[in-house]
Amino acid sequence: MDWQAIWLTARLAFLVTVILLALGTPLAHWLAFSTRRWRGLVEAVVALPLVLPPTVLGFYLLLAMGPAGPLGRLTETLGIGLLPFTFQGLLVASVIYSLPFAVQPLTVAFGAVDRSLIETSWTLGRSPLQTFLRVTAPLSAGGFLTATVLTFAHTVGEFGVVLMVGGNIPGVSRTISIAIYDRVQALDYDSAAALALPLLVVSFVVLAVTYTVRGRPTGGSGRPVRPWPSAS
Amino acid sequence: MAKRVLSVDLERRFARGPTIAARFELDLGASEVLALFGPSGSGKTTILRCLAGLERPDRGTIIAAGRRWVDVARDTFEPPQVRRVGYLPQGSALFPHLSVAENVAFGTERAQGGGAHERDQQVRALLALLGLAGLERRRPAELSGGQARRVALARALARRPLLLLLDEPLSALDAPTREELRLELRAHLERFMTPTVLVTHDRTEALVLADRVAVIVDGTVRQVGATADVFVRPVDAEVARVVGVDTLAPGTVRAVHGGLATVQVGGRELVAVSDLAPGSPVLVSLRPEDVLLVPAGHQLDGLSARNRLPGRVAAVEPLGALVRVRLDVGFPLRALVTRQAFEELGAGPGQELVALVKAPAVHLIAVGPPGLAGGPVGSTGAAGPPAERPVGARSARRN
Repeated sequence: MDWQAIWLTARLAFLVTVILLALGTPLAHWLAFSTRRWRGLVEAVVALPLVLPPTVLGFYLLLAMGPAGPLGRLTETLGIGLLPFTFQGLLVASVIYSLPFAVQPLTVAFGAVDRSLIETSWTLGRSPLQTFLRVTAPLSAGGFLTATVLTFAHTVGEFGVVLMVGGNIPGVSRTISIAIYDRVQALDYDSAAALALPLLVVSFVVLAVTYTVRGRPTGGSGRPVRPWPSAS
Repeated sequence: MAKRVLSVDLERRFARGPTIAARFELDLGASEVLALFGPSGSGKTTILRCLAGLERPDRGTIIAAGRRWVDVARDTFEPPQVRRVGYLPQGSALFPHLSVAENVAFGTERAQGGGAHERDQQVRALLALLGLAGLERRRPAELSGGQARRVALARALARRPLLLLLDEPLSALDAPTREELRLELRAHLERFMTPTVLVTHDRTEALVLADRVAVIVDGTVRQVGATADVFVRPVDAEVARVVGVDTLAPGTVRAVHGGLATVQVGGRELVAVSDLAPGSPVLVSLRPEDVLLVPAGHQLDGLSARNRLPGRVAAVEPLGALVRVRLDVGFPLRALVTRQAFEELGAGPGQELVALVKAPAVHLIAVGPPGLAGGPVGSTGAAGPPAERPVGARSARRN
């Protein structure tokens, strides 16, 4: 069992999830409530990783992070060195690659919160930040759960971007998916299966639990239950 | 010390749809209740949202007890957080993830000092006052419609607001609950002495709850005045229709003697209390509940009705406890009588009846000649300054 690859993957997915929840929450809030005309443009950029082949994304990230790229020059100036084929580089690439999986569920959840609840909170003296913490966020618990699970799972499952930006360096960039590919190339099907099967089982269990929890009508699915039904 | 008055003069424009224009005053010291009254889509809610700070007017000012909430010309806008209003949106908007007690305490934690224990006591006391004792730990989903409205009212009152804003406070409730809550709400408004602006399209609601009404038609405040007064003496035909006057017949003033005008309407003559000049074209406005029906040939002993209008029943419309009768008395006249009274008459379509109307119930709306188009003297149109009627009607109604 390639414990090094498993540990590396878990560490990467955990950090990506934490970073994306921190970055994605304000971004999703802006997308859910902004009325600016260029909101659609930002939404398109956020959704881009969904449709772009990972190799294309990885290719451009590789160029940007390289010595001639803007990101590469920045990191060199800061004394961090170049990012390609490092864990940090992999982290940056994964954050961009998984962006829509965090932002989209949050945007949907925030947008589904009854507007009159938010406005009532304002009239009760609560600032926009307090209103977010006391009203919008708790009512979007389901959205946060979905965003967390999808981001984590998607990072665990990524392959093309890792290969382009990180390569296949044990302990640095050899994630589970790369390790499986590596074993299959070497016709070592037993080792590949030893990594692949647990991944399949864990992914299924996590998703099944998530969707079951979210499926309950009052389970904090982000949609507030109406205080009372309308008149007959 | 600034005058304790809420003074509103605003305009809100929409790219598609009518421009909303409102101009009225509210006495904050006397804890008055003003109803914004008008049909759906007339702009009532927009005006209320401007007062709450949830919408920005495009022009004008809102001044509350000397504080400029809005002054578009000076680019002044106070956000809803600092206005100290108790806002109750349509459907009451309780926070579904918080308990009843947490909902009520939501706005009090920062507004007032005092420890958590003291706040808890205050919440309990308020809930008890509104008949909600024992429900502190319930979630909004576990409340009945009426209970949820009471909780929302408690939440709005908990901050001790300067002004209470109620958007259709009794809408979407079943009829018995609505009736029960209507009287209860009136009692609460009096007990808490909080000046209130409420939005409604329900006549009974306005009559029971409001000291004064502002009638809104097509986005414009057309008439402001004491509730009973506005409902009996609308300034123009549109306001008349909105406040439920369903007899409006064109006529002409023939003669005036000692404050009593004789008006010719559709071949009949009516006596009304009015001081309009002879020859004035008018609309005769009659509320259906002011019309009394008696059998043809009935002797009028002891009845002080000044107008006797024989006619024929054109149609009968049962409305539960009441019956709406359409008559042809030379002009179309509608009467609202109790089912019992109607059965005693034994009347059906085609039958001859006599309609009796007292002179003070006949309201004349001046129309026509240029220069008099603003409506009768003493009423308030949108064009004029918000002239205030004496608040005598309020104390009279409350006794």
